[in-house]
Amino acid sequence: MFESLSDRFDGIFTRLRKRGALSASDVDEVLREIRLALLEADVNFTVVRSLVGRIRERAVGVEVSKALNPAQQVVKIVHEELTESLGGETLKITFASKPPTVILLAGLQGSGKTTNSAKLAAYFKKQGRNPLLVGADLQRPAAVEQLRTLGAQINVPVFSEASDPVTVARRGLEEARAKGRDVLIVDTAGRLSIDAELMAQVREISDAVNPHYTFLVVDAMTGQDAVTVAENFHATLNLDGVILTKLDGDARGGAALSVKEIVGKPIAFASTGEKLDDFELFHPNRLADRILGMGDMLTLIEKAEEVYEKDQAQEAATKLLEGQFTLDDFLEQMQQIKKMGSLNKLIGMMPGVPKELKNVQIEDKQLARVEGIIHSMTPAERADPDVIDASRRGRIAKGSGVDPADVTGLVKQFMEMRRMMKQLGGFGTKKLKSKRKDKGGKNKQQPRGSGSGRVTAKGPAKIPKMPLSLPGLNETGPAGLPKLPGFGR
Amino acid sequence: MEIVLVLILVAVLLAGTATFVFFGRRDRGVPVEPPPAAAPLPTTLVKHQSRPDVEAQPHVEVEIEATIEADELAVDGLEALLVEAPVERPSFRDRLGRARGLLGGYLTSVMSRAGIDQQTWDDLEEGLLRADVGVSTTTALLDDLRAKVKADGIKDPSALLDVLQADVAARLGGFDRSLRYAEVAPSVWLFVGVNGVGKTTTIGKLAKREIADGRTVVLAAGDTFRAAAAEQLTMWAERAGADLVRGNEGGDPASVIFDATERARSRHADVVMGDTAGRLHNKSNLMEELKKIRRVAEKGAGTVTEVLLVLDATTGQNGLIQAKEFTDAVELTGVVLTKLDGSAKGGIVLAIQQDLGIPVKLVGLGESIEDLVEFDPDEFAAALFDRS
Repeated sequence: MFESLSDRFDGIFTRLRKRGALSASDVDEVLREIRLALLEADVNFTVVRSLVGRIRERAVGVEVSKALNPAQQVVKIVHEELTESLGGETLKITFASKPPTVILLAGLQGSGKTTNSAKLAAYFKKQGRNPLLVGADLQRPAAVEQLRTLGAQINVPVFSEASDPVTVARRGLEEARAKGRDVLIVDTAGRLSIDAELMAQVREISDAVNPHYTFLVVDAMTGQDAVTVAENFHATLNLDGVILTKLDGDARGGAALSVKEIVGKPIAFASTGEKLDDFELFHPNRLADRILGMGDMLTLIEKAEEVYEKDQAQEAATKLLEGQFTLDDFLEQMQQIKKMGSLNKLIGMMPGVPKELKNVQIEDKQLARVEGIIHSMTPAERADPDVIDASRRGRIAKGSGVDPADVTGLVKQFMEMRRMMKQLGGFGTKKLKSKRKDKGGKNKQQPRGSGSGRVTAKGPAKIPKMPLSLPGLNETGPAGLPKLPGFGR
Repeated sequence: MEIVLVLILVAVLLAGTATFVFFGRRDRGVPVEPPPAAAPLPTTLVKHQSRPDVEAQPHVEVEIEATIEADELAVDGLEALLVEAPVERPSFRDRLGRARGLLGGYLTSVMSRAGIDQQTWDDLEEGLLRADVGVSTTTALLDDLRAKVKADGIKDPSALLDVLQADVAARLGGFDRSLRYAEVAPSVWLFVGVNGVGKTTTIGKLAKREIADGRTVVLAAGDTFRAAAAEQLTMWAERAGADLVRGNEGGDPASVIFDATERARSRHADVVMGDTAGRLHNKSNLMEELKKIRRVAEKGAGTVTEVLLVLDATTGQNGLIQAKEFTDAVELTGVVLTKLDGSAKGGIVLAIQQDLGIPVKLVGLGESIEDLVEFDPDEFAAALFDRS
């Protein structure tokens, strides 16, 4: 597996820590690592070159501030450059004054055009629009059938007929006008960008419907070739943006950055799962995090902010660190977290979590079981799980319909977690309390360590490491909270 | 907002819960083969919400598709495929020639210089990286090349390229790439991979090839997840003249493949080709489902002799991770590299074979049925280094 960029830097910067500023040769060493990281993330070679050049300019002479060590500062610069490259203007769909707004999807075979046509339709439907899907992929066996099935799932009509793709598209447009559908989404067959004949055909389709938006559908797993493909499609179709698919995989998605840099068109949407509503507007900073291997902290923070009240969070954290945390509190917190979305997605966003944990699938049903077990306990048992003996355990198991061993397992895990939290709390609460007073000193409190032991022994930074240090799990080595630049802004 | 506080909580609880689930499973020694009727303990495998039940019994009713409701629209597309392609096997070089551009340009640059200088090494590095060979394999190749240049006193760029080409070919060589058949028919070949790589299409083409070679083939429409995947395979079955077993959409894929093996036995068919739904290798529930498919396929009448990872040639460095995860789950026997007729080079197969010892067995060089050919490392290397 790839190391994250900040991990890579740690070794270099341990040696540099004493210095006040980065020299040109220090920067060279660091830039080599950046280059490797970007290449391993499938960022196109040309793009890597220009990015590294820009980063070099900014990184030479960087001063070591108190708040940030050199590594973090360079990561911050890289992150900013990536975000800028990925972002710029975001694409906002302006609906045509004379409906329908026509959207054309094109791309290589297997990039996900048909699925994303339907996802896009669902997206517009959610906004109160009335889309019509047009199945102009007459090439792949059963492609139209697939689109029809998906259309039925989201209750969006699908137009297609047994003629030729250009005619289907044109008739689809007529159909949309006749039926008063205000968004027309045209799915086309996958084609190789070097297939002159099929590229000419997609051009004809485009001419026939005169789309307001033409999107290239790009698989996040694509390698160096993404740029060639995007250039060719752009030359043929004059793209307006990109739909980045299969982002729920573990590919770094450097292809997207490349396409954005070379073609200059924004990534408009990201497809993040198999369900038809796993589709969202693209967030440049999140992909920048991902390319650098920093997890998706910002999303996580956003989600947490949606759900948590500040006081509530503080109270629970204090309890946790003081060892006062009860199963009732645990239950409550679990319910809060459930509001943030699927646990698997949340864990996936956390940096430094070992792959084994990330890949554990936690389903609502499982949470419900845990809840069920806790609900079957008396208040006294929840406050002090130590009182649970064999007979109580039997009762709880019966009440929640599980095996007594499950009850034991839950209690054991909970006690273990609480014990460790309390240990940490010895240091942690002091920190937390002092922190509340010291508002200006926020940065210092953050787990800025470079993972080499500086902050790991104390403070809240250590906490996420806890489950990682359990036997057999420490696959990725020490991992504190993220060394995310600007984290906490 | 006290972000750190919130994070601590979230992290602890998320991680705590994950650990809980994980360890719960571990402590009890995961029932690898969960009893069919096992209560859904929090520790057993979890299934994707919208995926079919992983633990379903292998024997759900499977309708054998006799009549094919070919979508008239797609039949149109199919007609195009029916146009017989030239009988002779397309050569690697001819096909890749269309896409030669990239590495070709760097080679021209290398050749244009009188000797070997820093620019030569930069060009070679860039060329290899752009072919998706990956940083570590590229570094290894060039380090070896530097050593040879030193040892043998190579001065001529053309000789340099010959050495590199030979090294690439050597690194790719040395594997038995023939598809394996069981001693007692039917042989079961499973096709796995991430979404959109061309599993169904590959099966269609391979079925046609096997039938042309005089074998009888049963196709199993094991992709019960993607809309209309079974219809797609049905059309290929008709086209190739293969028997087809399909289940209900959303049904249990393992049972479809199991039934296909039973059907193959009763009809004395030689090969069962099992399609599976595309799955991202980081979804452990879906990988568990795949393991189950493989286990159940072994329980039927046939023997699983091939588990082929279908890999899109445009895939970048993630391809290596894909191969690793899939082989960890179901022990791959080979790779089918598809869409190599595009502009992508598929350089990641070097790392896959070198690091994981999984050879490329077949290559997809075009849309027509005859464009699925055996992989040839020498031709592959020659095409990459074609200087004509």
